[in-house]
Amino acid sequence: MFDFLSGYDLLGAFWVTVQLTLLAAVGSLVWGTLLAAMRVGPVPLMRGFGTAYVNIVRNVPLTVIILFTSLGLNQTLNIKLGAENFDTINFRLAVLGLIAYTSAFVCEAIRSGINTVPVGQAEAARALGLSFTQVLTLVVLPQAFRSVVGPLTNVLIALTKNTTVAAAIGVAEAALLMKKMIENEAELLLISAVFAFGFVVLTLPTGLILGWVGKKVAVKR
Amino acid sequence: MKLRKVTAASAVVLALAVSATACGSNDKDPGSSGGGKKIAIGIKFDQPGLGQKTPQGYSGFDVDVAKYVAKKLGYNEDQIEWKESKSADRETMLQRGDVQFIAATYSITPEREKKVDFAGPYLLAHQDVLLRADDDSIKSPADLNNKKLCSVTGSTSAQNVKDKLAPKANLQQYPTYSACLTGLQNKAIDALTTDDSILAGYASQAQFKGKFKLGGFKMTNENYGIGVKKGSDLKAKINKALEDMVADGSWDKAVKANFGPANYQNEPAPKIGDIKS
Repeated sequence: MFDFLSGYDLLGAFWVTVQLTLLAAVGSLVWGTLLAAMRVGPVPLMRGFGTAYVNIVRNVPLTVIILFTSLGLNQTLNIKLGAENFDTINFRLAVLGLIAYTSAFVCEAIRSGINTVPVGQAEAARALGLSFTQVLTLVVLPQAFRSVVGPLTNVLIALTKNTTVAAAIGVAEAALLMKKMIENEAELLLISAVFAFGFVVLTLPTGLILGWVGKKVAVKR
Repeated sequence: MKLRKVTAASAVVLALAVSATACGSNDKDPGSSGGGKKIAIGIKFDQPGLGQKTPQGYSGFDVDVAKYVAKKLGYNEDQIEWKESKSADRETMLQRGDVQFIAATYSITPEREKKVDFAGPYLLAHQDVLLRADDDSIKSPADLNNKKLCSVTGSTSAQNVKDKLAPKANLQQYPTYSACLTGLQNKAIDALTTDDSILAGYASQAQFKGKFKLGGFKMTNENYGIGVKKGSDLKAKINKALEDMVADGSWDKAVKANFGPANYQNEPAPKIGDIKS
């Protein structure tokens, strides 16, 4: 029944999906945290930038962003991100696009976490003479992160599935292999089921493990 | 109290909307309307020269073939209901009976023949490349190595390049051929590869006339057939219609009309059942 699977590098394709997910997750966590810091910061210009960025980027379809990285940045502006081969260029462009998009959601998740930290703590820290950066990194953010493990897990699961959009610019991940197999094998439902199962295998443990971590680290108030 | 009125009103609206859509879908059902006097045919909507939906109607070689076949089956043009059959949906649409037959750049392959029956072939196409008109650096398939190629994501043409034709070529895959054409014009891409019939259709479009040329390499054989449901008696009737189409010269006329401007050297009409591998 599953003989149509032979001759295809199913694991290799899902490995690319995992790589895309992990790199984009780390990148968007960093950039998203910076964006959140900007949005709660004291400098009006940065607050404006953060708000504008989040509201623009999260309302643009991901496909448009990913296609823009290839058609706009690569084909038109000739940006190659230090690679010559389309396979490598497209992989890096896809990671860039995913970071740009996902960080908007990470930023909002973290900002909601910041709002759970009682204002009194920040005021007390400021009264002790801590600077804005110190208040944020020493007092507010550590507690904020601990309360947003759940929402961030949602974002991570969504990101895992969003990596399929990278097939639009030819990154050889799971969704591209799926298109290839459907083209060759004429087994639409079975092939889709196999790939759906593959994604469940990736995301279900993510949800379970991070759900447990979230409970462990939550700040009891 | 006010709230309850609003709820009731919205419930009424919702009910109306539901019943309205229900009627709508009944009208479009191919089986129930007009007592079988309509025929649903699957074509591509987005391939110039083969099957394209335009504000004026449907045009292309596949469309002309489908119209001819439908006429021989006893349906006028206004009794045809065109449906879009994307590559991935074709087998399912035939098996469910959404369409009676499909003429949509449908290459006959052993895997597909397990699921559906094919009448024809009605056109022998080859994988080829589309180049910029002023580019003389690619003269044979071997020249494609180390060049920047573009094709549609996951398509057979893209796989052939990687596996057989030019393993060292730098391959970019996009969801549509139009995206590839942008790169070809900007010189970010050197060649666009797929079936020559499809390429000829794009090169014949008014806005691209004179800008691109076909390589003429004939790298593979693609036998376009008309897909019908497995075991359907339509197969024999369609084969007969296709023979008539070649015999009375309509086939040649359709090829000239749809691929002519691209200087496309078409193969002679294939014999029914003669599948070149």
